[in-house]
Amino acid sequence: MNETTTKRKSIWDYANPTRFLALADRLIPVLGILTAFCFAYGLYLGFTAPEDYQQGSTVLIMFIHVPAAWVAMMCYGVMTMSAIGTLVWRHPLADISLRAAAAIGASFTFLALLTGSLWGKPMWGTYWVWDARLTSFLVLFIIYLGIIALAKAIEEPTMAARSLAIVTLIGSINIPIIKFSVDWWNTLHQPASVSRFAKPAMDVVFLYPLLLMALGYSLCFFTLHLMNMRNEILKRRIRTMKMGAARMAERA
Amino acid sequence: MMALFLRELKLSASVGGGILTGVLFFLAIVAVMPFAIGPDLKLLARIGPAVLWTGALLASLLGLDRLFQQEREDGSLDILLMQDIPPALLVFIKALAHWIANGLPLVLAVPVFGLILNMSPIGIGASMLTLAVGTPAITFIGAVGAAVTVSLPRGGLLLSILILPLTVPILIFGVTAIYGAVEDPAPFLPPFLILCALTLFFSVLGSLAAGWVLKQSTD
Amino acid sequence: MNLTAENLSAIRGEQTIFSNVSFSLKSGDLLLVTGTNGSGKSTLLRVIAGLLHTFSGKIELSGDDQPIQHQCHYLGHQNVLKPTMSVEENLDFWRKYCGSPDDEIEIALEKVGLAGVQDIPAGYLSAGQKRRIAIARLLVTKRTLWLVDEPTAALDAKSEKMFADILQTHLEKGGIAIAATHQPLGIKTAQKLDMDAHQADFPLEKGEFL
Repeated sequence: MNETTTKRKSIWDYANPTRFLALADRLIPVLGILTAFCFAYGLYLGFTAPEDYQQGSTVLIMFIHVPAAWVAMMCYGVMTMSAIGTLVWRHPLADISLRAAAAIGASFTFLALLTGSLWGKPMWGTYWVWDARLTSFLVLFIIYLGIIALAKAIEEPTMAARSLAIVTLIGSINIPIIKFSVDWWNTLHQPASVSRFAKPAMDVVFLYPLLLMALGYSLCFFTLHLMNMRNEILKRRIRTMKMGAARMAERA
Repeated sequence: MMALFLRELKLSASVGGGILTGVLFFLAIVAVMPFAIGPDLKLLARIGPAVLWTGALLASLLGLDRLFQQEREDGSLDILLMQDIPPALLVFIKALAHWIANGLPLVLAVPVFGLILNMSPIGIGASMLTLAVGTPAITFIGAVGAAVTVSLPRGGLLLSILILPLTVPILIFGVTAIYGAVEDPAPFLPPFLILCALTLFFSVLGSLAAGWVLKQSTD
Repeated sequence: MNLTAENLSAIRGEQTIFSNVSFSLKSGDLLLVTGTNGSGKSTLLRVIAGLLHTFSGKIELSGDDQPIQHQCHYLGHQNVLKPTMSVEENLDFWRKYCGSPDDEIEIALEKVGLAGVQDIPAGYLSAGQKRRIAIARLLVTKRTLWLVDEPTAALDAKSEKMFADILQTHLEKGGIAIAATHQPLGIKTAQKLDMDAHQADFPLEKGEFL
């Protein structure tokens, strides 16, 4: 009896949704404030940075665009780990984490695509080119949406968990292959319209705000992820209560 | 009547309704094309209307097989047909609701897809217009296929085989109208008006035929 | 109101399911259709409901010009419920679609012993509960003739009694009902129709080949 109470705190302790909810309730405000701070300071630094000699003021989009792309990929990493958690350890929160991350990942990917094409208009003269980077992000976006569609199609959460995990894992193995083949496809065709400019080493005036924004985006992701996990747990509770209500109707 | 229409929309929006799936399928088709064709923006802009129409055609066939099959499986079809409402009207309302839930999102997604195919604003506008007018015809023809295959276990595949050849005229006039809007010598209005006529024609013929088939299917 | 059937025969595919079925029912009558599996109980109900077109003979519901199928409730083997919609949405749809509303949804649910399930998606209910919601569908709109096929399938003894009471009330209000069931339903005045007595000979037994 005493042993269990003095046991070292591990990730398994938070397998209990109630305990997880309590933790999430405490973490979310802290993370939220940190996110707001990073965004505010990062954007301040970014907007006061000097204009780039090559790209002019459009370089500002970079502070929004690049971290979004990073977080979009990080999110898939989180989902892959959750998928392993579901399949190997059957951690009850892993599936919730995967589901909660999918929509956020899709949003960040969309943001990266959107800002990318807005950046592309002044740079390339068109909103979209089938550049390797943009294209592999489009594929990532479709993968995200596919996972969301699958999660929505199977109503019973426990049944959906394993299928979702498998699809996510296959996706994570496939993503490097997609990236590689898209690169190869792109160099094979060498579109003339894309003007690649050599990347100079980044100046610190750009690097600091970029890193700060990246931190802000990551914190933002974790905040949203926790909030979404909380929603998912509550949603499942509502479902359980409704099923319970159906059984209770019999006794009345 | 209104009750049926609202129920159809509610069912499409619920779990497994598949509004997202249709648009996603459309996106996948449009996104995969350039991998086969190559990232040549000029070429993509020229074949853009064709890609959009083919994608939308295939995407609007999705889910059509469930139009009546689900009703039959849970017994609703019998009760729906027994009431004081002509079967053709029943089909019309169901097909219309199906189009609003599955076809309209495709039309609304066209600007994004047109952009990645490097189409001009006029081309995108014309694509939206022709798809908005033309895809209901696919749904109404599809309703006949759905009614014929209602009791078949693998109806979906058979439905596509039956329906695709029948949608050829819609594809022809849809794509022609877009080219008419984009390229100067070709006219836009005549093919567009024929497209409108086809939709109106099939909304009547499709509903009547599907209604008759459904009525017989309860045997 | 009178429901009369004369010399009904039904054909499915190449086979005659039953032949020479006649009966006459007046307001307040219940006809219990019995018979072994495959004797055509369900087929008879579908013929009366106008869902099976390959039949011969005459069915008539006197007192109204409308066809029978607009005046009857058909409760088949399935429960006609959409699992993702709530119980209330399900019943409300049929109430609006079939017209001539009768009981309020809450009252109908109370009568089938399921008060308070309105907001629960129908898919969450147990088989017996779904069957009772299907019975509640008969209560939310007013129809003279009830055609019920194995109405008490998946129901426990208590719910069977409840259905018998509902049926009794319907008959007392001047309704007519035809039930394909082996349960006596506790209604003593019921007429009986044994489908085994109306079987057509199998063609192969006569030595014919199709």
